[in-house]
Amino acid sequence: MELTRRNMLTMGSAALAAYGLGALPAFASLTDDEIAKITGGAETAAGELTITAPEIAENGNTVPISISAPGAVMVAIFAEGNPVPNVATFNFGPLNPTRSASTRIRLATTQNVVAIAKMEDGSFQRASAEVKVTIGGCGG
Amino acid sequence: MADNVKPRVRVPKEASAGDTITIKTLISHTMESGQRKDKDGNVIPRSIINRFVADFNGENVIDVTLEPAISTNPYFEFDAIVPGPGEFTFTWYDDDGSVYTETKSIDVS
Repeated sequence: MELTRRNMLTMGSAALAAYGLGALPAFASLTDDEIAKITGGAETAAGELTITAPEIAENGNTVPISISAPGAVMVAIFAEGNPVPNVATFNFGPLNPTRSASTRIRLATTQNVVAIAKMEDGSFQRASAEVKVTIGGCGG
Repeated sequence: MADNVKPRVRVPKEASAGDTITIKTLISHTMESGQRKDKDGNVIPRSIINRFVADFNGENVIDVTLEPAISTNPYFEFDAIVPGPGEFTFTWYDDDGSVYTETKSIDVS
């Protein structure tokens, strides 16, 4: 192929597209690995578990999130686009009636935040929320 | 031990037996993630609080495992049932082995 300006541009954008497609599943699988460690490969269904996060976070260093999971004994939170996907694991005791909690987390880039809940009957639920991050929160 | 680590907890002063109350906790801590680099390009070692536990008269309310993705000055808000008069104990575990505790008693009418 003759190297014209037009050809160069097409090749460039094709390469970019390929990179974009290649990069996303890499992050997702890291998260999926961590989720599989908790669930042991069991099905995760949508349920009463909810995760609340802002649609747009101006500062990725402190993104307020809250989870609510009636009937859950444990909720783990993962950030798919962070260098390390694990964020926090909440274990609820007998004196916690609502099984909900709020905290503030760091997000490196625009990404999905995933919550996995282990219910009292041993089943698992999954919920996620997309957060657009203007300034990333992982330094570097 | 990290400098100036100061836990702050907000618990209602009184409640009725069986009430659900909301507790807010904050502890000042840098939560150094281990991902950042200093001016010379050396990685700043990780130094975070890795576990937070809240108990009421020895019974567990919440037990959180923290990862570096938790923000500076870790903040938690959660609910608890007050079965009777007693004392809340909040414990934070630091990477360097330090343990910070705070207690709050509550009047039950």
